[in-house]
Amino acid sequence: MNQPEAPAQSWQESIFSTLKGGGVRQVAYVPDAGHAHVINRVHSAPDMRAVVLTTEEEGVALVSGAWLGGQRAVLLMQSSGVGNCVNMFSLLQCCRFPFLTLVTMRGEYAEFNPWQCPMGQSTQAALELMGITVLRASTPEEVEDLVAAGLDAAFEGGQQVAVLLSQRLVGRKKWERK
Amino acid sequence: MSQQTSVTIDRRKFVARLLALCADALVVTGLGSPSYDVFAAGDSDRYFYLWGAMGGSTAISLGLALAQPERPVIAITGDGEQLMGIGGLATAGAQQPPNLTLVVLDNGHFGETGMQRSHTSLGTRLAQVARACGIEQAREIWDIDEVETLAAQVNARSGMGLAQVHIKADELPRALPPRDGVYVKNRFRQALGFAPQ
Repeated sequence: MNQPEAPAQSWQESIFSTLKGGGVRQVAYVPDAGHAHVINRVHSAPDMRAVVLTTEEEGVALVSGAWLGGQRAVLLMQSSGVGNCVNMFSLLQCCRFPFLTLVTMRGEYAEFNPWQCPMGQSTQAALELMGITVLRASTPEEVEDLVAAGLDAAFEGGQQVAVLLSQRLVGRKKWERK
Repeated sequence: MSQQTSVTIDRRKFVARLLALCADALVVTGLGSPSYDVFAAGDSDRYFYLWGAMGGSTAISLGLALAQPERPVIAITGDGEQLMGIGGLATAGAQQPPNLTLVVLDNGHFGETGMQRSHTSLGTRLAQVARACGIEQAREIWDIDEVETLAAQVNARSGMGLAQVHIKADELPRALPPRDGVYVKNRFRQALGFAPQ
């Protein structure tokens, strides 16, 4: 499965530089094509630790543990993963852990796979039901500012924040492999 | 199952001895009896007690261990909690923090909910699962005196470990740690020198 790597878009690089500049030391993820550039950059950054998860709820727990130990950590996932996290979000509320997750959206724009739709269309509501503030980036120009705002709200303000990266922004998945 | 007849370890005594030998360790406890066992041995601001977030103890202790490489970190949990977060063994195995030890108090049952049998008395061998996830220093403990070796391994911070401790399926009096998570979090961070937000 050696897919040629899509050229990084500038908003993807700005996510990495914002996280790095914001002192994020651990980046937990379940992969998604939209996060691939940031994941690769974190893996090559000597002062950041990339942690691949088997399921997204581990990431909610891991970033909380990192904060207990004095480090900033964020969770990268796809919208389907939000559903896997719901009970673990209790940890954030009960202990008031700062939390920032970046969520690439599926099931909301030109979606080819209907199995992505039930969770994708409930992602924002599921986050809000569990007390997490939702910001949404729809254009490349607003990504950096929203991620920086999320970082400040989480690690300066102690809030729980999700930044949704819209499917239109991330781009249509290409279904034919050449 | 024949081994079950030889289970002699008292969970409270095992945990108390382990904690006494690991006086510098940061401790995360899985919800239910492991939280009571740790609290019964004497409270400390180095302990982070879970009352929920079932399945999360491995990943919380992993994030903590990566952030605090100079301190030994112990997760003390039960078989049910470890089973719910079984993927965490693969996640931790991929990271191999040398200062992390997972201690699973295994009575083969869900003690908090009426002693229903768990997977570890129905065929799952947790220590073998851990080894298969790359946690080479995973072993089963049947004798309470092995706590000395385990504590030495914890304190040495020389490789990630897992101890599957076969304990008697006793229902002991509950010893209830604080349920205010914000309080427990803040005092834990303060003990590490971090100011409240």
